[in-house]
Amino acid sequence: MDRVSIQTNVLKANQEVASANRRLFEGEGTVVINLMSAPGAGKTSLLEATIRGLRGRYFLAVIEGDLQTDLDSQRIRALGARSYQITTGTVCHLDARMIARALTEFPVQGLDLLVIENVGNLICPASYDLGESLRVVVCSVAEGAEKPKKYPVMFYKADVVILNKADLAGASAVDLRELETNVRQVNPKATVFVVSCRTGVGIDAWLMWLQSAIESHRISAETQRS
Amino acid sequence: MTSIFLSSALDGQRGSLGSDSRPMHEVSIAQSIIEIAEASARRVNSRCVQVIKIRLGEFTTVVREALEFAFEAARQETVAKDARLEIETVPMVLRCASCGPVTDPARELCLVCPQCGLPLEVISGEELQVDYIEVASEA
Repeated sequence: MDRVSIQTNVLKANQEVASANRRLFEGEGTVVINLMSAPGAGKTSLLEATIRGLRGRYFLAVIEGDLQTDLDSQRIRALGARSYQITTGTVCHLDARMIARALTEFPVQGLDLLVIENVGNLICPASYDLGESLRVVVCSVAEGAEKPKKYPVMFYKADVVILNKADLAGASAVDLRELETNVRQVNPKATVFVVSCRTGVGIDAWLMWLQSAIESHRISAETQRS
Repeated sequence: MTSIFLSSALDGQRGSLGSDSRPMHEVSIAQSIIEIAEASARRVNSRCVQVIKIRLGEFTTVVREALEFAFEAARQETVAKDARLEIETVPMVLRCASCGPVTDPARELCLVCPQCGLPLEVISGEELQVDYIEVASEA
């Protein structure tokens, strides 16, 4: 028997496509968010609040990933934003190749912000780089304070963690401070926002942060071009 | 340096994907492993892969048992159809830039230094790597 050394990352192929996606996005100066959560945490609601807050000031669009239906895409289009639906069938996560394929039909020229709403799943999407600038994980209070400890890889890899449905903390008997502490223990570097998409509380802080991220991205893209 | 045993915590995630708890992304992971093994076998003109050695970190989303199960299906009708999958589990090791290795094993994941409160660095445990393959020698 002959041994052949390989020492290759299993996800190398995905990484290469993700890097190509990233170069394309950076060339356009587009901030790209990979938005992830468990099913029902409020990704689409957050997206709706974000579109309402930023439209008119920034060019934004959405790539939607779902196993089935284009119901989420319809909600986005109802707000006047462009949306492209990827239906994965049985695949539980988006990967870089799916995004690359979408980009051949869905132009991103001139976009300030592209949000990729991933499949509702706190496990698999964490492993697949899509070429994003930012990873945003949404966790609803109703999921319990232990959630970050139960899904540490996802929370560890997040740049931003949004704790949604803050208005339900009392009804769910969940201690918001405990949840926030757990987030920070699994990921001390993440930026955390406590919000309610339904009542609007905390959304302004998220929008201000996002605007500042878009602006500084714009400045650094212009600096690189000149 | 100490290892944090996370595999059992991550195993608990399986059920939350719904009533169907078949390995999900482990199937595409297994396929990627076989593609990498096949490419290497082709480069050395072998059509028979006998061993595929993987390094799998404790701090990944891949569950060992699910990967083994997915591999059984994925290897069929490929040059790796008789290959044995060897999985080396790489422990999760944490270090504080200021205090050095974290020596107190935590019961659950905590990436904050228990002594000074600085964020801890993950030194190992995120690996998902094909280390080597063993192929039948060409006669």
